[in-house]
Amino acid sequence: MSQPSRAEVCAVAIADTFAGDGEIFVSPIGLLPQIGARLAKATSAPDLLMTDGVAPLVANVLPVSGDDRPAPVVEGWLPYRKVFELLWWGRRHVMMGATQIDRFGNQNIACIGDHARPKAMLLGMRGAPGNTISHPTSYWVPNHSTKTFVPKVDVVSGLGYDRAAALGPRAARFHDVRRVVSNLGVFDFATPDHRMRVASLHPGVSREEVVASTGFELAIPDAVPTTRAPTDAELRWLREVIDPENLRASEVRA
Amino acid sequence: MDKRTTLAEAVASLRDGMTIGIGGWGSRRKPMALVREILRSPLRDLTLVSYGGPDVGLLCAAGKVRKVVYGFVSLDSIPLEPHFRSARQAGAIDTMELDEGMFQWGLQAAAYRLPFLPTRAGLGTDVLRINPELRTVRSPYADGEELVAMPALTLDAALVHMNRADAAGNGQYLGPDPYFDDLFCMAAKLRFMTCEKLVRTEDFLKEGSLHTLLIHRLMVDGVIETPNGAHFTECPPDYGRDEAFQREYADSARDAAAWQAFASRYLSLESERAYQEAVRKR
Repeated sequence: MSQPSRAEVCAVAIADTFAGDGEIFVSPIGLLPQIGARLAKATSAPDLLMTDGVAPLVANVLPVSGDDRPAPVVEGWLPYRKVFELLWWGRRHVMMGATQIDRFGNQNIACIGDHARPKAMLLGMRGAPGNTISHPTSYWVPNHSTKTFVPKVDVVSGLGYDRAAALGPRAARFHDVRRVVSNLGVFDFATPDHRMRVASLHPGVSREEVVASTGFELAIPDAVPTTRAPTDAELRWLREVIDPENLRASEVRA
Repeated sequence: MDKRTTLAEAVASLRDGMTIGIGGWGSRRKPMALVREILRSPLRDLTLVSYGGPDVGLLCAAGKVRKVVYGFVSLDSIPLEPHFRSARQAGAIDTMELDEGMFQWGLQAAAYRLPFLPTRAGLGTDVLRINPELRTVRSPYADGEELVAMPALTLDAALVHMNRADAAGNGQYLGPDPYFDDLFCMAAKLRFMTCEKLVRTEDFLKEGSLHTLLIHRLMVDGVIETPNGAHFTECPPDYGRDEAFQREYADSARDAAAWQAFASRYLSLESERAYQEAVRKR
């Protein structure tokens, strides 16, 4: 196997986000999350339930290109109304994008600027408020910079730890922002006040680079781990089954 | 009862300032023939309630809209709806921007004739800041939990598009997802359903299982057969999204001249039939 690309390291880091999830429904939103979740299902988390991107729940691992080979094995039906049921039930882990994210994991996908008259209208709230207060949430940010990792998000669509704490332990008891995976590293909130911490940096990424690319102060352990390299088996899944067309390279370079 | 009517008659029963719910989701199975008929009408000051797609974008671009109630507005393959973005960035419309599940809950409350339904969705986020009319409610039971009281989204009218329908107003979807079209109808006083094909009641089960009969005739006031009526949104299994046309539509948000050209080519025509003709000829 040739050297893993940065995109492949990211895919494996995303897969590891779902590794301990057991038999729950995962909603990976976006290309790299789709690739990573399928990799998890193929390797460390075979019991995950996933759709093909629309309503059918598919039991086998399919390519992200939408190619119908192998034929999808449909094991269930999950139209949007049932997605909402599952998410309020809590048996779900979502990975969303974030146009902005702050040190407590507050996420913005709604708009940039003042909500009444935004500079840039983005997706709107979508499912972020309900997701983040109902079940585990992780984030994928392919362009780690001071524009995406900001001191304060313009609009809070996904709930972060400081605001969850302010709601009190009962209201926020299902709030669980697990990890943020970016093109530079993996981040979690395993600090006393749930500030974002460097969990690992991808091979070739320096502490200085991540600090310069982040608009707030990260908690950084004295010895920063390196994100683990993909195994040969994982690289085969990625290169031969899940993403043979290398779409992943369009989202993360190098 | 024969509920067959026409696009013109249906839209003539709508009034300025009405709150209109539009079924489908994003750029999927939208009642576009009815949306186009509204574009041809003098209707204005509408409040739209929609899992928004080009229905919202077109009506905003044409200046028909006072307010939009939404969780997102997207063209799916083009994630951001460019005409809706322009309207938002110009400050041209009022908004009630919600979590997608809260939105469903609002329709559900209206359908059940409840003033609100409780939910955790929205707590702690800016949904409550940008919609100051939203209130919370405390559980009267021992837990005492505080929840968002999502108010009923009661509609003056609902517009939905099905694959098949009969003259009595029963409707059948044959695609993968019913979306929330039944809830839109139950939340509304006046309900119009377009369909790809009008069929005899006894023919429904030839094309889909019992479970595809989503809309019941007591939920519908008027039925209109509009072949290709969801164009350019998808309406599987009858047809997929017309991606080339959708790109043309999205490009028309570039500037006023581009919009004028698009509108005069496709929208300022005398009828839905003329629209379909223009789409075929391009």
